[in-house]
Amino acid sequence: MNDQLAKYAAKLADAGLCAPGEPLLAALDAELSFNHAGDPRQSLAVEVLLGLGASALLLAEPIGACQATMYALAREALEQGEAAVIPGDCETRTFLHDLPVVNGLDTALILQALRRRKGCIILHQGRALMAAAGSVSPEQTFVTASSMAFACFVAYFAKHLRDARAGQITSARRAEFAAIRALLDADMARLPQTAPELLSGPFANADQARAAMIQAGRAVVEHGLVDSSFGNVSCRQSTTGGELLLISQTGSALDELGGVIDPCRMDGTSCVGLTASSELTAHKAIYDGGPAKTILHGHPRFAVILSMDCEKLDCPGLGNCHRACATPRAVNGDPGGLHIPIVPGEVGTGPFGLCNTLPPALTSGGGQRGVIVYGHGLFTTGAVDFRDAFATLLEVERFCRDEYFRRVAGLDQQNDAG
Amino acid sequence: MTGQLFGWTGRYLRVDLSTGASENLPLPEDIRQTFLGGRGLGGFFLRDFATLPCDHPDMPLIIASGPLTGTNSPASSRCHIMSRSPLTGAIGDASVGGRLGLELKHAGYDALVVTGQANTPCGIEIDDHEVRFTDATNLTGLPTPDVFAKLRAHRPTGCIATTGPAAENGCRFASIMVDTYHSAARCGLGLVAGLKNLKYIAVRGTGATQVADPAGLAAAVEDIERLANASPALMGQHGFARYGTGSLYDLMDSRRMMPTDNFARTHFPPAPGINAYAYAQRYHPVRRGCPGCLVQCKGLSGDGRPLPEYEAMSHFTALIGNEMIELAMRATDFCACLGLDPVSAASTLACHRERTGEDYGPDRVLALLLGMATSQGPEAELGRELGQGAASYAASHGRPDLAMSVKGLDLPAYDPRGAYGLALSYAVSTQGGSHLRANPLSHEVLRKPVATDRFSFSGKARSIKSAEDMLAAADSLPICRHLLLAASLEEYAKAFAAVTGLPATAGDLLLAGERICMQERLLNAQNGFTAKDDDLPQRFFTESGSGAPDLPVPPIPRQDFLAARAAYYRIRGLDLNGLPTRDTVQRLGLPWPKQWERA
Ligand code: SF4
Ligand SMILES: [Zn+2]
Repeated sequence: MNDQLAKYAAKLADAGLCAPGEPLLAALDAELSFNHAGDPRQSLAVEVLLGLGASALLLAEPIGACQATMYALAREALEQGEAAVIPGDCETRTFLHDLPVVNGLDTALILQALRRRKGCIILHQGRALMAAAGSVSPEQTFVTASSMAFACFVAYFAKHLRDARAGQITSARRAEFAAIRALLDADMARLPQTAPELLSGPFANADQARAAMIQAGRAVVEHGLVDSSFGNVSCRQSTTGGELLLISQTGSALDELGGVIDPCRMDGTSCVGLTASSELTAHKAIYDGGPAKTILHGHPRFAVILSMDCEKLDCPGLGNCHRACATPRAVNGDPGGLHIPIVPGEVGTGPFGLCNTLPPALTSGGGQRGVIVYGHGLFTTGAVDFRDAFATLLEVERFCRDEYFRRVAGLDQQNDAG
Repeated sequence: MTGQLFGWTGRYLRVDLSTGASENLPLPEDIRQTFLGGRGLGGFFLRDFATLPCDHPDMPLIIASGPLTGTNSPASSRCHIMSRSPLTGAIGDASVGGRLGLELKHAGYDALVVTGQANTPCGIEIDDHEVRFTDATNLTGLPTPDVFAKLRAHRPTGCIATTGPAAENGCRFASIMVDTYHSAARCGLGLVAGLKNLKYIAVRGTGATQVADPAGLAAAVEDIERLANASPALMGQHGFARYGTGSLYDLMDSRRMMPTDNFARTHFPPAPGINAYAYAQRYHPVRRGCPGCLVQCKGLSGDGRPLPEYEAMSHFTALIGNEMIELAMRATDFCACLGLDPVSAASTLACHRERTGEDYGPDRVLALLLGMATSQGPEAELGRELGQGAASYAASHGRPDLAMSVKGLDLPAYDPRGAYGLALSYAVSTQGGSHLRANPLSHEVLRKPVATDRFSFSGKARSIKSAEDMLAAADSLPICRHLLLAASLEEYAKAFAAVTGLPATAGDLLLAGERICMQERLLNAQNGFTAKDDDLPQRFFTESGSGAPDLPVPPIPRQDFLAARAAYYRIRGLDLNGLPTRDTVQRLGLPWPKQWERA
C-alpha cells in the first residue's frame, strides 16, 4: 500500500499540480499508513479518514496557475453564498458533478463535504487545498484531485473569456487574470515546438502496435495534454487471427498502458473488450467509416477552453451546448491552414453520446486530422502510426492557447474602446 | 398518520395463511428511516423469527419494495424477497425484477409479510386494499409458463409471482418466478413459499409513489443516466445493454476465472465459440428488462425462451463440461419452467459429475433437472437426492470437499482464485456463496471506480466492508446493483433525498447499509454461524487454476486470506470468531438478541 501512496503523490508532482513532496496521502485498511511522516496535517487526515470509514484520503495544495484558478473560483463561490464550484468541462461534471467548498481547515465541514462528494476544496489561510477520499484505493484520490485541478483551470479561463465577451471584466479581474497568466510559463515549457520521436508504422503485429500505443500514451501525459492521465488511445491492426481494434482499457492511465490494452475484434465476434474505454463505440465507428489507423484522445486544456467559447451570447440552445449544439463550429487557423471542427457530445453511448457526433465529423471528407468535443477534449487520427496523431494534438493545443489569448486581448481592446 | 408521506407508503400488509387473516398495518417512521426498505426491511421483519425452522408456520416470507420503487430513479423498480434459507439455514434473500415491487407499492404497501401455512395450495390476490385468498390446487404440478397463462386469463394486468413444481416437491433451491421471465432464484425462497402451501401472489395497484422534490429527482436521474451512458460495462459496445450479462463470458474466460469442471479448472477452451455473440447470432434475442431501466439486460429468444444470464450460461457449459449452446438454453428454460435456481442446479450436477466421473449427455442433464424439481421421470431418485443441494449430497457421500459452496450456497460463475477481494467477499457474505454482497468484480475486473490488483488482499478488507454497506443500502432503496457499475450512492443519495424529502448523503446511506449488514450477521450468529462458516472450499487454497504463461493462477495463499478475514472482522466490529460485539450492535442502534441476554 505504501508504494501506491508514494506513486500517486509523485504523479501529482510530475503533472505539475503540486510541489514535490507536498501531497499527503493516507491509506486505511486494517492499519493506517501515510506516504510521508511528520506532516502537520496527519491528525486531520486521520480524523477525516476514520470519520468517513474510507480506504484512502488525499490532502494536497495545488501550485501555480492551478492554485490561483482554484482559489479564485472557490473564493468567489463563498462570496456569492454558493456551496460549490461547478466545473465547466463536461467530463469532470459527469463524474464529479460539483466541487464543494469548505471555509477553513474544519474537520466537521470537510467530513460533511466528503460524505456528499468524492472531493472538496478547502480555503485556508489564503490558499486552496484539495481533499479527496476513496473507497477502494488511493488511485481514486489522485484521479479526483487532478480532475478538480483541471476542472478549475478550465472553468476559470472559460469564464474569463465569456465574461470578456459580455463586457464584464473589471480592472481588478483584469489584474488577477494577468497575474495568473504569468504563472502559465512553467506549463508552457511542457509543450515543445516539435513532437517527440515516436515509433513509425505500419506495425508488423499486435505486439508492435501495443508498444507504439504505450509510447504514445506516455508522451501524451508527459506533455501535459491530458488531466489525471486519462484519455484513450487505439490502433487498428491486422493479425493472423483477424483484424483487431487495440484500445486502452477504461480508467487506464495513459502513461501506464502496459498490460491494459484490450484486443477487440473488428468483426465483433467477442466481448473480451467489455473492459475497453467507454469511447470504444466511437473509435470503432471512426475506423469503420474512414482510413484512420490510429486514434489519440487527450484533454488539452486550451483546446477544451476554446471549444466552449461562443459568440452567440443569446443562443436559444444555451445550457445544452455540450450535448446538443446545432451550430457547425470549428477552431480555424489561417485560411487553408488548421481547421478543427468542434462537435457536442457526452461521454459514451447515450442519446447525446459523442459516439453519435464524433465519428461523422472525423470521417467526413475522407477523414479529418482531429475534432474537438465541446468542453471535453481532442481526438486526433493517424494514417499509419501515432506520429501525425500526436503532432496534431500538440499543434492544436499550441494554436488554441495562442488563439485564446488573442481573443482575450481583442475583447479587452474592444471593451476599452467602448 | 399526519401529513403527506413521500417515498414510502408507510403501510405494510401482513397475511396469515393459517387463519386467512390480513392486516393493513402502519410502518413506523423510525423503522422506515432505520432500514429504508427492501433488504433492510426484510431483515427487520425476519429478526424475531430467524431461529425458527423454515417450515415453522411463524417463519415469515417477506417481500419488500423501498422508497425509490415507483419513482423515476433508474433501475429502482426491483424488490427484495427474504426469509430464512432452507438450503443454507442462514438468511436467504434475492433481489427480483418484474413488476412485483412496483405493483405492491402502487397498491399502497412498502412490504408484504406472509406467515402461517395453508392446508391446501393457495394464492394471494391483492388489488389495492382488497386481499383475497384463492384455491390454487389446479395450478400445482404445472410448469411456470402454464401457471402464468392460466392466471393471466383472469388477471391480464398487474404482477404475478409463482413457484414451480420444485417448490411443491421439497427442492431446497426452488425459486420464485415473477412475471414469466424474472426470478428470485437463490437461497431456496421458493421452498419457503412451498412449505406454506403458497403457490402464487398476484398484485395490482392503482396508486403512485409521492415525490417530495420532482425537480431535484429529475436532476439526480439525469446525473445517473449520464453516468450509465458513460459506462462500457452497461451501455458500451460489448455492454449488458447489448448482450446482457452474458458479455462477461469472454472476459471471465480470458481472465482465467471461468469455473470449469466443478471449479477444478478456470479456463474452458470451447468458450470463444459459445459466447454471447454466438447466442445473439443463433437466437436473435430481443432485449427485455425491468420497468424503468435504461439497460434492459435480459434477452428473449425468438421462440420465447429466456437467454441465460451469465451465471447460467457459464455453469451450464464450463462447470458441467458441456459445449452445446442449445443445451445451455434448454437447461436455463427448464429451470425457469420448473422453478429451480440455475446456479445451484448446475453446481449440484457438477458436484455429482466430479464424484462419479460421469460425463453428461443432453438427455441426462435435462432428466436430472426434471428429477430435482419433480422427483419424477427417468432420474427421479437421483434427482430427488440432488434436489437437496450439492452440500448435502456431497456430505452424504463422504465427500464434503466436492461441494463448491459457502455456508451451503453454491458459488456463482467467478473463480475466487482470480480475484482475492472476491474470495474474501464469498467467505464473509451473510447469504453464503454469492458475489452480490460486495461485487468486488467491479474493481477487480471491470475497473470501476478504479482498477485494483486482483491477485492481492492489500486494501481489500476495508473495501469489501464498505462495498457490502453500499450494496446493502442499494438493495434497500432498492436499486439494481448493475447500476452501481456506473453510478454510486453519491448520485442515488440525491435521488433518495429528492424522493423522500429527507436530507441524506451517501454517508447516511452507507451507515444504514452498515446497520443492515450487521443485522444479518446477528441473525446468522443466532443460528450458530461463526468464523468456520466464513470460509471457502479447500480446493481454492490447495489447487492452482488454469493459468496461462503470462497469467499464473496459483492457489489463494491461505495465511493471507485468514489475515484479510481477521482484518475484515476488526473493521466490521466483529470478534475473532466473526460474531457481532455488543459495542458494535449498540453503536448501530440494533437490539441485542434476547437469547443471548442471559449468556
Ligand atoms: S440492469 Fe437489468 S436487472 Fe438491473 S434493473 Fe436494469 S434490466 Fe433489471
Ligand atoms: Zn475524454
